[in-house]
Amino acid sequence: MPEAYNRRSALQHFGLKAAAAQSPADARVFIGEAAHRAIVNVRGNPGDPAFLQAVKAVTGADLPVKPNTTSQAGEFRLLWLGPTEYWVTAPAGSEEKLAAELRQAFTGQHAAVIDVSESRTIITLSGPDAREVLARGCSLDLHPRVFGPGQCAQTGLAKANVLIDQRDATSYDIYVLKSFSDYLWQWFGLVHRDFTAAIRAD
Amino acid sequence: MSAQKNRLATGGRIDRSRPVRFTFDGKAYYGYQGDSLASALLANGVTLVGRSFKYHRPRGIVSAGAEEPNALIEVGTGNRREPNTRAPQIELYDGLTTASQNRWPSLDFDLGAVNSCLSRFFPSGFYYKTFKWPKDGWLFYEKFIRRMAGLGTGSTEADPDRYDKVYGHCDVMVVGGGPAGIAAALAAGRAGARVVLVDEQSELGGSLLSERDRSIDGKPAMDWVAAAEAELAAMPEVKVLTRTTAFAYLDANMLSCVERITDHIGPNASGPRQRLWRIRAREVILATGSIERPLVYSDNDRPGCMLASAGRTYVNRYGTAPGQRVVILTNNDTAYQTALDFAAAGVSVAAVVDLRANPQGALVQATRDKGIEVIANSAITHVKGAKQVKEVDVMSLSADGKSVTGGVRHIYCDTVLSSGGWQPTVHLHSQTRAKVVWNEELHAFVPGPVMPGQNNVSVGAAKGVFGLADCLAEGHEAGAEAARRFGFTNAAGSAAGAEAEPAAEPLRPMWIVPSDKPVGQGGKHFVDYQNDVTAADVMLAHREGYLSVEHLKRYTTMGMATDQGKTSNVNALAIMAGLRGMNIPEVGTTTFRPPYTPVTFGVFAGPDKGDFLDPIRKTPIHQWHADHGAAFECVGQWHRAWYYPKAGESMHDAVNREVKATRDSVGIVDASTLGKIDIQGPDAAWFLNMVYTNAWTKLEPGKCRYGFMCGEDGMVFDDGVTSRIAENHFHMTTTTGGAARVLSWLEEWHQCEWPDRKVYFTSVTEQWAVFALNGPNSRKVLEKVVSGIDLSEEAFPFMSWRDCEVAGVKARIFRISFTGALSFEVNVPPSYALHVWRALMSAGEEFNITPYGTEALHVLRAEKGFVIVGQETDGTMTPQDLGFEWIIGKAKPDFIGRRSHLRSDTARPDRKHLVGLLTENPQEVLPEGAQIVEHVKDKPPMTMIGHVTSSYWSPNANRSIAMAVIKNGRNRMGQTVYLPYDGKVVAARIAKTDFLQDGAAANA
Repeated sequence: MPEAYNRRSALQHFGLKAAAAQSPADARVFIGEAAHRAIVNVRGNPGDPAFLQAVKAVTGADLPVKPNTTSQAGEFRLLWLGPTEYWVTAPAGSEEKLAAELRQAFTGQHAAVIDVSESRTIITLSGPDAREVLARGCSLDLHPRVFGPGQCAQTGLAKANVLIDQRDATSYDIYVLKSFSDYLWQWFGLVHRDFTAAIRAD
Repeated sequence: MSAQKNRLATGGRIDRSRPVRFTFDGKAYYGYQGDSLASALLANGVTLVGRSFKYHRPRGIVSAGAEEPNALIEVGTGNRREPNTRAPQIELYDGLTTASQNRWPSLDFDLGAVNSCLSRFFPSGFYYKTFKWPKDGWLFYEKFIRRMAGLGTGSTEADPDRYDKVYGHCDVMVVGGGPAGIAAALAAGRAGARVVLVDEQSELGGSLLSERDRSIDGKPAMDWVAAAEAELAAMPEVKVLTRTTAFAYLDANMLSCVERITDHIGPNASGPRQRLWRIRAREVILATGSIERPLVYSDNDRPGCMLASAGRTYVNRYGTAPGQRVVILTNNDTAYQTALDFAAAGVSVAAVVDLRANPQGALVQATRDKGIEVIANSAITHVKGAKQVKEVDVMSLSADGKSVTGGVRHIYCDTVLSSGGWQPTVHLHSQTRAKVVWNEELHAFVPGPVMPGQNNVSVGAAKGVFGLADCLAEGHEAGAEAARRFGFTNAAGSAAGAEAEPAAEPLRPMWIVPSDKPVGQGGKHFVDYQNDVTAADVMLAHREGYLSVEHLKRYTTMGMATDQGKTSNVNALAIMAGLRGMNIPEVGTTTFRPPYTPVTFGVFAGPDKGDFLDPIRKTPIHQWHADHGAAFECVGQWHRAWYYPKAGESMHDAVNREVKATRDSVGIVDASTLGKIDIQGPDAAWFLNMVYTNAWTKLEPGKCRYGFMCGEDGMVFDDGVTSRIAENHFHMTTTTGGAARVLSWLEEWHQCEWPDRKVYFTSVTEQWAVFALNGPNSRKVLEKVVSGIDLSEEAFPFMSWRDCEVAGVKARIFRISFTGALSFEVNVPPSYALHVWRALMSAGEEFNITPYGTEALHVLRAEKGFVIVGQETDGTMTPQDLGFEWIIGKAKPDFIGRRSHLRSDTARPDRKHLVGLLTENPQEVLPEGAQIVEHVKDKPPMTMIGHVTSSYWSPNANRSIAMAVIKNGRNRMGQTVYLPYDGKVVAARIAKTDFLQDGAAANA
């Protein structure tokens, strides 16, 4: 593979590092990019124990069969997308190995594995005002009585389709197609005029 | 600068220590912090504030709230000018600039007022009857009529303010912050529910803001409000939004609200001006109060004629008298409270004229006790004074109340307050499509049964319950009950208490107050101020057969425009009922539609304007294109590089250069937007066989195939190349615009028709960046940067794919071509896209590699007659029409569209066919869409036999080329057809669609 510096994240050109250095100290919402996370799309029948076992064997996690939920084991985070569709996410760089292992584990089953890591980037949003910010563009109720860590949802945010994965009480991973990432990042910029927002580059 | 001559020395919720300067029609005035524009104008003795819509009659302030029909004001100037704003709802701030509307040259001297003198010639329906003749006349007349009869004018400049949008959710939403609404919010909030309370005014209190000396729980009512507000503010799950109007009750308990954030501060405020709230509630409590009805008496539109409740609000809340000497006309007891409050504030009440024969209620008695004359069984028959009330005539009513008798009493006054009873504000209830029902006791419409799924309850005055103690109790119970239903069981406390109102006698319905002349003669009995509709107009509509409420509304325009008939609908309906000899509910009621009050367009746009109106989708190397001067073309939401003009180049020059360089040497295009779908499963090949017209089962892994998809109608739906990755694994490509549609199409057939087939579809459009190298030197360029494969024709033939590395990056290359030239489509991960693109560009430098855009791409494919779905096709073209007979799998038992291909109309040989067109003059480039005829006539109509679908200058053919669909076209090869356009006729010969027939530039 080529030198690492030749690999660009979707939002790199916004100069996140420089912007982070100038961010206010009293920010109540933080935004950044979690680039290159491995995302492997898995299709299969959740009613088939062999399918569930194969996922667990590779990731150590139970497949989140309940709609709009996630599961976690070590570095693997699994997300429910649809009745037969899931994402297995893992640290950057592991997608090829992960996809191969899953494919191997599904041998003999009607299941499909395809790497989609490159199609999306993740905008991370956190802080006490993060939920308020999301309310500017997302029609879902993300109040803690309704939505919380362990839940995810495919929904609209502003005019982009996204997947929102709540990581903890005040943090969200927002998966967005790279073609929409400039739009969505700049949309957050518009909304953040009414918040004290900081850019995070870590 | 004039003194505030009507300002009271004490009282009201204004701050006399904070004077506020504002202007109205260029003249400066002072009001106080806490004033509305209406109250400040009244304090300054300004009673003439506008001219009416049709007759240009002088008009004054009628109300103290959202129902205002007359005092429509232009607020602000230049790019911030906003028309049709209601004076009672404009909060005063320092520097506020306002102007009256619909007058020329000035409010005081308005030339349009001639319409009023001629009003007998302008009855309802006048425009319909007069200006619809001759047939096209309206187009001419409209320009003049619109200038004379209109409301304000908005700014034509871009709005400099910004607007915000937000979604909200709650268990209980309370609309209206009066006593009932506050009680509901308190009860639900205490119980633990998530509550949103919205109120359109600047502060909570609702009707209590207009009270003089009510108490709740033994303390002044507004102290109770303040305590409640503090308690609500301390509840983390309760949100109180003041200056927020719930203007639309939409499906499934969603309410749209507009929050006016800085309108009361002015244009120098920071932050968004307004915010659109879209709130989804599990239960809605409508505590929207009620609106007083004016009485319909002769010349009831003179400036100074006002609602009794409004007069009370101005005295009690704003500390200003509406005038110096007041006459009150009423048919019920509530107006007496106004008389008493005026007396307490030291404002002179000349008399209360009561339509009832012998009113004896407690408030009536109290009024008499104050020494105010009560003239019972009487009517106001005339109001004198053009721009300000000067005097009223009062006469006794006849026994049946339909006429007046006896002598005339003249009473000097400058203000007439009237009360015709109260109409609950049922607008939001009605917007849910629920009915309203007529209450015989109240003589008003009250909410009927709620619509299923629209969980709401009306409480307090909005339901027709007017006692303060009852409102507090109802609100409390509704709030507590809603919370309980959703499982919130904390103590809701008990309802606040208030003393009962004095016992009142029933009102006397009298929908037209008689005068000494028949209605329509002498004075005017206005029903709808804003649209200048009089009782005589309603009678005319009745005579002309417009009996239904909906017809009445449209014929007279009654109830239309910005106030939506808040003060007029019931009066008009009742008058019509009287004319028809029916009960009011038999005549019906109009449906209230959103918005409750006008809403600026800006707030609907919110931040979604300019580049944010529609998302701009960018390819992974968008910035490279921009940096290299690309012009962009919108393809759906994508912005694709269109062409790359060099200094001094026109678009034509640039495209010719790109096309020529590609044919002659090598060109490169960013094709990342191409739709891509990953298809896996044992039934994948079977599925492709069904959705494509050609055969797929025998395609070997490593190979690619082009295919057409048809709809059930047999018409071409999409096209693309699909490759077999493995036995049960395919990679499909679609058109850029068709990507989402094709995936939905596949899923629909899988989920609805063939759910047992084992196949999965996943979009991978953005997993790959795609760069297509085209031209005779493309192999030489690629060889310099590729590793892992042999690019020779033998090792890597046309219509196959290989995995490899390009510039060190894992890549997949497809040997497919959309130019007819030697071509390699390089697919790489987007994060390395820029790196690979740059590597290809530098590898190609020695071959003059030329990036080309979508325009050159179109020319290149047209030179070889390749079709674009959506350009050559329009949903009426079969593959056979396009000349693709070979792509129909004759041996296949079935595929989508097959049956339709057998229909006689689809199978006939003389359908419109795709053919080439060569203009007689090779320099003439036809316009796309140009109509084609066989026989030219002097002028249309001519029989059209087809149209041009694609047309370009081809630098390689060195002439114009075009594709067209022409009836029976393939059987007309060599014939000449004609294209009349732009005042000329161009002759062209029907030809084949491959315009580079010598094959020199074709696939190597």
